[in-house]
Amino acid sequence: MTKTTALDIDSTLLPARLNHLQALEAESIVILREAVAEFARPVMLYSIGKDSSVMLRLAQKAFYPGKIPFPLLHVDTSYKFPEMITFRDAYAKEIGAELIVHRNEEAIAAGANPYTLGTQNCCGLLKTRSLLDALAEGGFDAAFGGARRDEEKSRAKERVYSFRDSAGQWDPKNQRPELWSLYNSRLRKGESIRVFPLSNWTELDIWLYLYAEKIPIVPLYFAKERPLIVRGGQMTLYHDGLKLLPGEEVRSEKVRMRSLGCLPCTGAMKSEADTLPKIIEELLTFRRSERENRAIDHDEEGSMESKKREGYF
Amino acid sequence: MGAIATDFQDFLEAHLGQELLRFTTAGSVDDGKSTLIGRLLHDTKSVYEDQLAAVKKSRVNRAANGHVDLSLLTDGLKAEREQGITIDVAYRYFSTSRRKFIIADTPGHEQYTRNMATGASTADVAVVLIDARAYLREGKLLPQSRRHTYIASLLGIPHVVAAVNKMDLVGYSEETFRAIRAEFVEFSTQLGLKSVTVIPVSALEGDNVVSQSKAMPWYDGPTLLEFLETVPLAEAGHDGPLRFPVQLVQRPDANFRGFAGQVARGVLRAGDRVMALPSRRETTVKRIVTWDGDLPAAAYPQSVTVELEDEIDLSRGEMLVPSSSVGELALPSIARRFRAMVVWMHEQPLVVGRTYLVKHTTRTARATVKAIRYRVDVGSLEHQQADRLVMNEIAEVELETNLPLFFDAYAESRTTGSLILIDGLTNATVGAAMIVGASESEGADGEQAALVLVAGRAELAERVRDGMEARGKRAVIVDDPLIPIESLVAAIRALSLAGVTAISARSLSVNELEQVRGFAEGRIVLAESLEDDEVLRLSGVEA
Repeated sequence: MTKTTALDIDSTLLPARLNHLQALEAESIVILREAVAEFARPVMLYSIGKDSSVMLRLAQKAFYPGKIPFPLLHVDTSYKFPEMITFRDAYAKEIGAELIVHRNEEAIAAGANPYTLGTQNCCGLLKTRSLLDALAEGGFDAAFGGARRDEEKSRAKERVYSFRDSAGQWDPKNQRPELWSLYNSRLRKGESIRVFPLSNWTELDIWLYLYAEKIPIVPLYFAKERPLIVRGGQMTLYHDGLKLLPGEEVRSEKVRMRSLGCLPCTGAMKSEADTLPKIIEELLTFRRSERENRAIDHDEEGSMESKKREGYF
Repeated sequence: MGAIATDFQDFLEAHLGQELLRFTTAGSVDDGKSTLIGRLLHDTKSVYEDQLAAVKKSRVNRAANGHVDLSLLTDGLKAEREQGITIDVAYRYFSTSRRKFIIADTPGHEQYTRNMATGASTADVAVVLIDARAYLREGKLLPQSRRHTYIASLLGIPHVVAAVNKMDLVGYSEETFRAIRAEFVEFSTQLGLKSVTVIPVSALEGDNVVSQSKAMPWYDGPTLLEFLETVPLAEAGHDGPLRFPVQLVQRPDANFRGFAGQVARGVLRAGDRVMALPSRRETTVKRIVTWDGDLPAAAYPQSVTVELEDEIDLSRGEMLVPSSSVGELALPSIARRFRAMVVWMHEQPLVVGRTYLVKHTTRTARATVKAIRYRVDVGSLEHQQADRLVMNEIAEVELETNLPLFFDAYAESRTTGSLILIDGLTNATVGAAMIVGASESEGADGEQAALVLVAGRAELAERVRDGMEARGKRAVIVDDPLIPIESLVAAIRALSLAGVTAISARSLSVNELEQVRGFAEGRIVLAESLEDDEVLRLSGVEA
């Protein structure tokens, strides 16, 4: 994974056994290359978050010295943090990747928002529907996603190649067995496969890799004094145009985001961690799962599973 | 991951250098497997507070005596929580200061053999759960425990550990443990397993899972976690001769042509002579290219891009192996007909005579089931006659592919000895196969012809060429007016050296034919009075 490791190998000796990050990296590269070799038109779902950043670096490595041979697709709900959009555009340009941005303009124009619709309906329109439309419009038969099995219980059973029917839906009882690293990419017309190269990575692996590889990430991950309000028990970053409800007031705290979703539904956490090592140290101190600050997962027991069945990642 | 190191740099270094160990767990429905995994996660502090809180407030709690139901940490899907059984392979992760672990948690229910095989396919260690109380009740190992151990041996898992669970319910009896251990070790020896360990545990109480049990002072072996942290892993590159299946060809610009893939076996070294299959062309490894800089050598499981000294024909589904100068023993089997142990995974049975797609390394081919040699009764290990194979059955099957595969026996190499079977109509993955070896009846038909002579039948020459090309074999019609008849033998020789079949509709004299025989004995197809179909078949083109 790193230059130093490679140089440590004496050419007269056998290569050393890989450490766990190198082993994970090698496995992810196999998956990325296999999908590119076998699918007609793959695309990479790029969410701008830390996992996407790792997945993107793995794609750069997989196809080096060539460029990434597929476009990146960002599903923009219009509720993303402005820092995310700035980072997205600059980074895609820097690495020379083709970027497709898709928005469900109809629903956005109709005023879809999590406050009046509830998070499930809002996500359904702005994320799931929008994603399915974008995949259909692009004629993509495979979409890389940065989901990890350690994120949530229903994801623990997800395949590396997650088969979706012609409506983009996931049936947990109709998934193909996956053995060794032999992936079945056969599809009928209209069907597609979500490919998860980071399946076996944990949140800690992601942070360690970002650190070891010096991969740039959105500054929101680092702690800083930021204006915020407290709404529904979570700290929501304040931005211009956000309407305050009675009793709410803007205050300033040193906070960071542990995961990046939509602005209204992703809470900030108090933190002093303004470097990657500090974030890793903090991660090991606070034993709370990273999706805990996402409103969508907690609507009801098993809510992630329900969303996945409908076509969500 | 337990304690936070005071010197954080040391901590980072330690974590960056950790090894990865993959293990699978197998147990029958009530063996307490989910509880065991829940215990491993809980006691290594790998469970987040909010997940634990959700379990504590869950409507379901199957644990007695006020214990937190740790099995809920792992039962992911709604249906499972309601039925209290695990219905699909789930992957879990945890790490200690020594290793990072990936658990393939596979269900033990009778009809889910396929899931166990799935989890076992990538595992370094199998943890087989045995319910001590059920053993006392039955007076012997349950059939499921035998089946799980057999599947672990079939899938070539290097180390098997039996966790004898529910020791708390048998009064932590040493006598009971010894009886189970004796029977398990005897059965494992019968299966040919080389590394077998037996540990008495109570997942519910936490005995010998992470911490040493105070209730079983008579046991002085490692706890389950200690075993997992210290069991030796295979050294890179000690797994035999080079196998590098090409995944894809990288051509970012006119100056670079690289072959991307994962080293499946052995060691790839810059400067080494290698041979390409199926062309048998030899060349030298010029560079091993990666984003992080060129490497002097690479071994499994590294993913790299290889640049070669010579412009040779090589594409996805083909393979780099050691130069023939290393000797025939370093070559994989190159054959179209072989025997394999098949685990059937679909409701539609496997039937003799049917054709499936197979995916083997990066090569996809069509395979016809020629015969079921025997079916294995996984309880008694007896061989039975069968003409079909239903879901969760295991058999030794003879397969014939339309393209030659380059393989090793699964016992030697899990990467180049494994394949999956796919139904060409439904696209379902229907079976998993572990190659035993090439069939003795193979004969010469795995070898590509040097010359196909179809005097006076120009149309047939084209059919042979097109058919061979469609099967990934290179063939050239040498009846070009610029190749004079007196140079024909030289042209055939040159093509043969390049691993290309020469096809001609012209006539060769007896003398010329003898010259060709001199370098291609046994690799000549003479059409003479044969039917077209027969010529196509002999040329390796299925009629």
